[in-house]
Amino acid sequence: MSTAIAFLTRRKGGKFWHWTDIVTWVWLIGGLIVMFGPAVWLTFSSFKTPAGLAEFPPSLLPYVTQQVRVEGYEKPLPLFNAKLADGSTRVLAEVRRIGIVSQMVDPKAPGEIIKVRIGDREPVREISFATENYTQPFMQFDFFRYLWNSVFVTVTATLITLIVNSMAAFALSKYEFKGRNAAMLVILATLMVPLSVILVPLYSIISSVGLFNSLWGVILPTVATPTGVFILRQYMLTIPDELIDAARMDKASEWQIYWRIIVPLTAPALAVLAIFSVVWRWNDFLWPLIVLSRRELYTLQVGLSIYSGELNVQWHYILAMTVVTMIPVVLVFIFLQRFITTGIAGSGLK
Amino acid sequence: MAQPKPPSERPAAPQRHDWLSVLLQPVHLVMGLADYPLRYLQKKTGIGGMAAFFLAPNMLIFAIFVLLPLVINLIYSVTGGSALFLDERSFVGADQYRQIFDCTNYLDPMSCQEDAFWTAVGNTFWFVVLQVSLMILVSLITALILNRELIGRSFWRAVFFFPVLLSPVVVGLIWRWILQRQGLLNSMLYPLGFEPYTWLSDRTFAFAAVVGVSIWAHMGFYTLILLAGLQAIPKDLYEAAEMDGTKPARIFWRITLPLLMPNLLVVIVLALIKAVQVFDEVFVLTGGGPGTSTLFLTQYIYETGFVSLPRNAGLAAAASILMGLVLVVLTLLQLGIARKNENKGKR
Amino acid sequence: MALKSLLAASALALMATTAQAGDVRIMWYSDGIEGEVFQDLINRFMKENPGINVIVDNVAYSVIKEQLPVQLEAGNGPDIARVTAIKDLAKHWLDLRPLVADAKYWDDNFGANADWMRPDGSNQISGFMTQLTLTGGFANKTLFEQAGIPLPGPKATWDEWAAAAKKVAASQQIPYPMAMDRSGHRITGPNISFGANYIGKDGKPAPLDAGAKAFLGKFIDWAKDGSMSKDVWVSAAGQSYRAAADDFINGQVAYYYAGSWQVPNFAKKIGTNFDWVATGSPCGPTACTGLPGGAGLVAVKYTKNPKEVAKVMDYLARKDIVKEFSERTLFLPAHKGVIAEGVNFKSDSPLVKEALNNFVNATKTTSDLALKMPGWRWSDTMYGAIVTRVGQAIAGEMSTTDAFARIDSDVAEKVKASGL
Repeated sequence: MSTAIAFLTRRKGGKFWHWTDIVTWVWLIGGLIVMFGPAVWLTFSSFKTPAGLAEFPPSLLPYVTQQVRVEGYEKPLPLFNAKLADGSTRVLAEVRRIGIVSQMVDPKAPGEIIKVRIGDREPVREISFATENYTQPFMQFDFFRYLWNSVFVTVTATLITLIVNSMAAFALSKYEFKGRNAAMLVILATLMVPLSVILVPLYSIISSVGLFNSLWGVILPTVATPTGVFILRQYMLTIPDELIDAARMDKASEWQIYWRIIVPLTAPALAVLAIFSVVWRWNDFLWPLIVLSRRELYTLQVGLSIYSGELNVQWHYILAMTVVTMIPVVLVFIFLQRFITTGIAGSGLK
Repeated sequence: MAQPKPPSERPAAPQRHDWLSVLLQPVHLVMGLADYPLRYLQKKTGIGGMAAFFLAPNMLIFAIFVLLPLVINLIYSVTGGSALFLDERSFVGADQYRQIFDCTNYLDPMSCQEDAFWTAVGNTFWFVVLQVSLMILVSLITALILNRELIGRSFWRAVFFFPVLLSPVVVGLIWRWILQRQGLLNSMLYPLGFEPYTWLSDRTFAFAAVVGVSIWAHMGFYTLILLAGLQAIPKDLYEAAEMDGTKPARIFWRITLPLLMPNLLVVIVLALIKAVQVFDEVFVLTGGGPGTSTLFLTQYIYETGFVSLPRNAGLAAAASILMGLVLVVLTLLQLGIARKNENKGKR
Repeated sequence: MALKSLLAASALALMATTAQAGDVRIMWYSDGIEGEVFQDLINRFMKENPGINVIVDNVAYSVIKEQLPVQLEAGNGPDIARVTAIKDLAKHWLDLRPLVADAKYWDDNFGANADWMRPDGSNQISGFMTQLTLTGGFANKTLFEQAGIPLPGPKATWDEWAAAAKKVAASQQIPYPMAMDRSGHRITGPNISFGANYIGKDGKPAPLDAGAKAFLGKFIDWAKDGSMSKDVWVSAAGQSYRAAADDFINGQVAYYYAGSWQVPNFAKKIGTNFDWVATGSPCGPTACTGLPGGAGLVAVKYTKNPKEVAKVMDYLARKDIVKEFSERTLFLPAHKGVIAEGVNFKSDSPLVKEALNNFVNATKTTSDLALKMPGWRWSDTMYGAIVTRVGQAIAGEMSTTDAFARIDSDVAEKVKASGL
């Protein structure tokens, strides 16, 4: 144990703890709590019953009142720790409540009714995971259909994004032609246009080209990302032109240069773009919600929104489905994470 | 200047794994086959034609789904009525703009007919200033810490990157559950003797929360960019400085910061863009409240054009055009600075 | 016009590829379990009518509110939809009169609300109300008993309720005596009780009158001095709806003004934690009214299969079906025959039946003006402006008089901008 501590506290050059080390670890541990804590809490909360969710102060773990079957009563009764008139505390089951008086029985001797003021009783609670928050939506809504739609949108949009953006970035970084700067300027300027600003006109365009209620209506408007072109172009600028000239000498066609030289060399930047594209498309909400209104076309994000009614929101389902939709992105990230730093480091993103 | 190494010297980043190359086989086949018609095209049009060919798909999609809506927006902004389709809207000239600028006192947003717009402009401005500067500070500190020799560095990197993966709606949702009256924050303070407080009904705190939450959600991305820049700084520079007995603070100001400048610039540009567009997470977290203290421009535009009845697409479009103008000016300014910096680097 | 015909053509092409003959699509949103009940009823219909394939698209309410109107304007949309803005969109509804089996049955049973969903001056049958709602108050009976304060009676005024709730809050140490949803619809009931009339002589919105100002001013003062929870009212900008139900469910509020739709929600979430009662609407100087409302199920005129749509509607409007739907969802029915016969709500909780019956009784004191509101074209505009500005006044961004002036100018601006 002491060696482990010695190992963990060992510092470069065998020096002792410097104040910067303390700052470092405070920052890291603090970061761990602040960054992960909320998501962990969300996950625990997703196992609470609707009543449990509305409770204050909220508990970390999902608790419910313990129930017990008592002879002579049809339904299971809730258990309470009741303080009796003589000052003793007993575990009693509540039969009914009339106003501020609770009528209780001893589960072991159910004959006698004991009256307790409701302020003098505390529910006996046990941890119980409300897994029906997960199973109900799975049965009720066509989960696998939505999952498939989400996967289809995410994968297709990402592939098209990668191909189309990298082709454009290739043209913008390796060819001299009239209007190149203009094209670049337009792309940069629109980098700043948020979707919510062009929502209405975009909607009218989608519906006039007949992409309304179609997954392609979700995919197409998002694939020509200015950010993607921008990142890839910056990366491609660092690829020496000599490589391309040499290939041309060898009679390679422009297409082959693009596919055989540029794309492999841009792989780290493409990986970065791929990760972001997957995260963006998977999490897209506002736009799919507007384009898709038929249930066989719903993506997961749209599917989980059906629990928001006019007057009530069914939070227990929304939280559970949120956790479910989080899982794939986290998996993708774990899978591709080592590309992210190499990609950003190499791209000289600037 | 820390120039990125040319690709030939780079650690072979695209390491090929077997499963990957198997997966790529059919793709290679298709792309190989595509070469035949494309070679023919190249013969016909020359290299210039190929440039157009590479550019075309992206620009076409871009033109239809980004530029065209912008143009339509321009038309919306000079027409009126509640109809959605252009042929049913009547021309009103500059009326929408006039309504926005209809103020008795230009220094007081509340004196304007569209007071919500001007409040949103002010809020957005302060949000951008605060969020971007604080986020860069936090990201820089995190990157400096992650750049130290640490046990489990990739784990810590992932910790700070994690929120970037969450959708904005989820981010807003999580924090609403934490900050609301029956939320986690109050329940942690409760045992310490604090009465539950409605954090999000407090103007100052709500604004701070919006800034904080958006930093929480996005800082991981910027940290990584800065970290990449830090790692590109040659180690021998530090060693030499240490030998000379240079103070750490001086090392930071004289070596680290100047060499990090290119990455810092990228971070500033991207962070500014994101900050101006802020919408989803705030919409879920505070809904623009309390009052209008966290109402931002995009929410104003969205609500005016899409939500509030009868919807007024014209006014929303006019507001978005004004916002766009400001953004273009900002972008050009940044490009100018970037170019100046680039020239400095060359000299 | 060219754009429009192009649109129509492309919409047609789209329809042709996606809609099969005999398909009926229903756009439906849920606040609770009504989606499951509805699906169940539809499944039975399809068993009875094997030729008709009914697809229920469950959507978020925001889709109905924000997206459906745009779809309809483009001539798209589902065949049937559950909608709240039934008057505003009336020109898009299909006239079922020539299509239904027995138009007289519809007139007799749903005639009272038919005006809410048809263009002014027509006798169209557009659909029927899936549920009626009525705003009203809920009191936490247990808190009142613990404080030893009697519940104010049925004729009690807003001031009496406020005074009683304040005493309860003080003795029980709860943060707020009263709460009301952030909604222009909710606050309009009391406004009318105080003598407000939003509707001008020309049918367009009138400036706020003394009655409306009286209650709104009182309300803002209450929120500022802590008699009324201000949390929900400041929790959003603009006209977003926010419910204060959670505070009531947690026993943090003695008196909560919401409406009949909260009954199933309370039954589920409050359980046996405390006793609650529905109290109807408190009185003002003029009336003791709540505001009616609800969601209508309407047929859309762009449907390709009007005959099948009518068949589905006929089935859903059947007496036994309406009755079953109401009993299982705990919604107040809009069917005259069903109301006359009485509804046996399916719930274990005696509180629920009592509460729902109280709401049924409260419908008797609903004023004529309140009954007109759902069918008035500008009600949502008024509600929106009131919520926005009252919220700002409560947040301390403007004075009460400024808020009133702003409400008037906002509404005037909206009326002008809509070009009507």
